Amino acid sequence: MTHEQARLRLKTWIFAVVVVFSNVFGNFFLKRGMPPALGTPLEYFTVLFHPWVALGVVLLIVWLLSRMVLLSWADLSYVLPVTAVGYVLVAVVGKVLLNEQITMKRWAGIGLIVAGVALVSGGSAPQTAHPKPQAGPGQ
Amino acid sequence: MRWLLIGIIVAATTAGEVLQAAGMRRHGEIRDFRPGAIRRALAVLVRNRFVIAAVAAMAVSFFAYLGLLTIADLSFAVPATAITYVFETVLAKYVLKEHVNWLRWAGAWLVICGVALVSL
Repeated sequence: MTHEQARLRLKTWIFAVVVVFSNVFGNFFLKRGMPPALGTPLEYFTVLFHPWVALGVVLLIVWLLSRMVLLSWADLSYVLPVTAVGYVLVAVVGKVLLNEQITMKRWAGIGLIVAGVALVSGGSAPQTAHPKPQAGPGQ
Repeated sequence: MRWLLIGIIVAATTAGEVLQAAGMRRHGEIRDFRPGAIRRALAVLVRNRFVIAAVAAMAVSFFAYLGLLTIADLSFAVPATAITYVFETVLAKYVLKEHVNWLRWAGAWLVICGVALVSL
């Protein structure tokens, strides 16, 4: 592995971790703060000011921005499966924080996701070798 | 109603994430993480048409998802929307021209099966 590849791989891992954690905890707080029903369209906006929902939204903004940064060099077909490790984290968070049961079926699913993530992240570089784009940033 | 919302979520998420990837690929790798550089990158990105369209599509998907969560369980919402992995991997290959080797295809399918098992 060249120095450049090692640099890109480390950077990819750091941002993948931020993407996964901000998404998992963002959705967790969102679900926690949501009322049982949303009626009028106005309620879709006022609910955003509920503290738990607001925290969830802030984390999801972090998720959006960190994912954009990650996609500025990594392929979508790499980012998609690798960040799916979040589903595993959701199950673990459910077990640890909410004391939920993890059934055999769920463990099997977690195993498949981990296998998928390992296959993609271990087996290929995050980036397709593209011919250098002629233009600089911003277009 | 729930299937209509799922249709909206899947279409909007797929479009949003592919547009996001296209926009960021056009922008090029972000290397400088000092506050000033981040601010400059953001100023450039808010004028990137792909990024604007991506954020709009993801906002549609977000509000449809909020609506879905009020009428359906997470354990229904999550696997039903996992189909976006298939659509996005296909679009990554044909629209974004990524090199999707068999490892990535196999990984995407394992993830879809895993997501279904975890949440069904």
